[in-house]
Amino acid sequence: MIPKAFKRALWVFHVNSGSCNGCDIEIIAALTPRYDVERFGIRLVGSPRHADVIAFTGPITNDMVDKVKRIYEQTPDPKVVLVVGSCGISGGVFHESYHLAGPIERIIPEAKCFYVPGCPPRPEAIIQGVIKAWEYLEEVEKK
Amino acid sequence: MKYEVPIGPIHPALKEPILLKFTLEGERIVDVDVIASQNHRGIEWIGMNRNNPVQSIYLAERVCGICNFCHPSCLVMAVEEIVGIEVPERAQYIRVIQGELERIHSHLLWAGVAAHELGFDSLLHYVWAVREKVMDILELINGNRVTKAIIMYGGVRRDIKEEHVPKIKQMLNYYKEAFGKLAKLFLEDKTIKMRTREIGILKKEDALKLATVGPTTRASGVKKDVRQDMPYFAYPDFEVKAITPDLLTGEVIGDTYDRIVVRLLEVKQSIEIIERALDEMPPGEILAEPKIIKLLNQIKKAEGEAVGRYEAPRGEDIHYVKLKPGFEYLYAWKVRAPTYINILSWRPMLLDMQIADIPIVAASIDPCISCTNRVIIVKDNKEKVLTADDLHKLSVRKTRRLLRC
Repeated sequence: MIPKAFKRALWVFHVNSGSCNGCDIEIIAALTPRYDVERFGIRLVGSPRHADVIAFTGPITNDMVDKVKRIYEQTPDPKVVLVVGSCGISGGVFHESYHLAGPIERIIPEAKCFYVPGCPPRPEAIIQGVIKAWEYLEEVEKK
Repeated sequence: MKYEVPIGPIHPALKEPILLKFTLEGERIVDVDVIASQNHRGIEWIGMNRNNPVQSIYLAERVCGICNFCHPSCLVMAVEEIVGIEVPERAQYIRVIQGELERIHSHLLWAGVAAHELGFDSLLHYVWAVREKVMDILELINGNRVTKAIIMYGGVRRDIKEEHVPKIKQMLNYYKEAFGKLAKLFLEDKTIKMRTREIGILKKEDALKLATVGPTTRASGVKKDVRQDMPYFAYPDFEVKAITPDLLTGEVIGDTYDRIVVRLLEVKQSIEIIERALDEMPPGEILAEPKIIKLLNQIKKAEGEAVGRYEAPRGEDIHYVKLKPGFEYLYAWKVRAPTYINILSWRPMLLDMQIADIPIVAASIDPCISCTNRVIIVKDNKEKVLTADDLHKLSVRKTRRLLRC
């Protein structure tokens, strides 16, 4: 359940850190009229400095490690990391590859992560992930 | 005064990680450099070192999530040619339908992204709402919206059932109605015309010189389409013709507008192909060899090399496969995705354009970066890029070596 307060419109910064595009198109599908998360105030923003949630798609490739770290540092507190797709969680089909540095908790151990499994997850699952992040941010705010 | 503007690898205008370096003189672009390696996942290496050939089909799907039917198709076609698997007729028709459904969804997706890059967000939302209809059908016949997991060596894994046919036909009728509106919005709207006409021109000579593929090359007037030149699956029955913008507008300019025209016409063409395929689909088996262990043994014993060619929504896709007897994995596997070639056309398109044109021109070739990041040479943990000179030296050295023996 979404808390009664409902005052917080979550802004999401989407980072493709080596994804196959499958999750990315499902994130955009979640924004467009069929699923329409914008009615809750959830939207994609163009800069990590404006974001509450960073959505990472894909396993983290070696080239992306420093970029991922920098984006995490640029995002203001309190922040939540949303890992969309199986490959961000465990490497997925790409596990054991020589060019993977992920999963994300190995790169940013202090991050509060929420995971959306699936290859790719359905838009409903992505929305549920954002709502879990929402509940967590509400709790942090109460404290 | 010249100055350099880097765009990417993480940038709101680019949905995927790639680094573009622009050299500018005021507003005018004088040079473009593309640096791509951020999305390299080592897929070919996994296919040659970890996966058995059947697992590699599902890995090939993850080369690109948008065109996730064309990559496994290419791999499957190459392996079928080596092993000599005869594919049942019905399976070939189902493959055609799957491929064309994918083309519709991919082109509509692109149309939305292009509208977004122009700042026309209401059109993005409209196009993506229209696109959900084909996603429903994909989910109905495949069980998943995006990755399909339908193709298999020697056929397909799921049949198109009797009860699916009316739903697919209903979808086709819906698109026929929506097509008129989409064409009017994209081709007659004043804003879109202003932002795309005469912008990002790729001349026919440049298109041929750079060997561009797919809608990018067809918009420049080159009649090139694998479905027409080297038909695979059941395409010989449909006599597909390459679509160039002069079919609608009467002239070929090779700009961004022409690329919109080509993609819109291809959606219409896909609708017609699916309609015919549904009517003409013969009954029968859908899989040549249902036992996977037997199939794997066949592949393990096979020897040879082959190339799979497929007309993906973005252009010609090529997979090279080599098999050796007793080798558990694919002995060699090389993926060449369409964007890998089309990306080079950014330079002639963007020269002399303005910074504001970068997003729409870059989007106009429908780039798929996750397809592209394939080639990297790593030796002793040092990355090395081979230039033409290096290659020439290597070649001379090899000639000498061969002469000596």
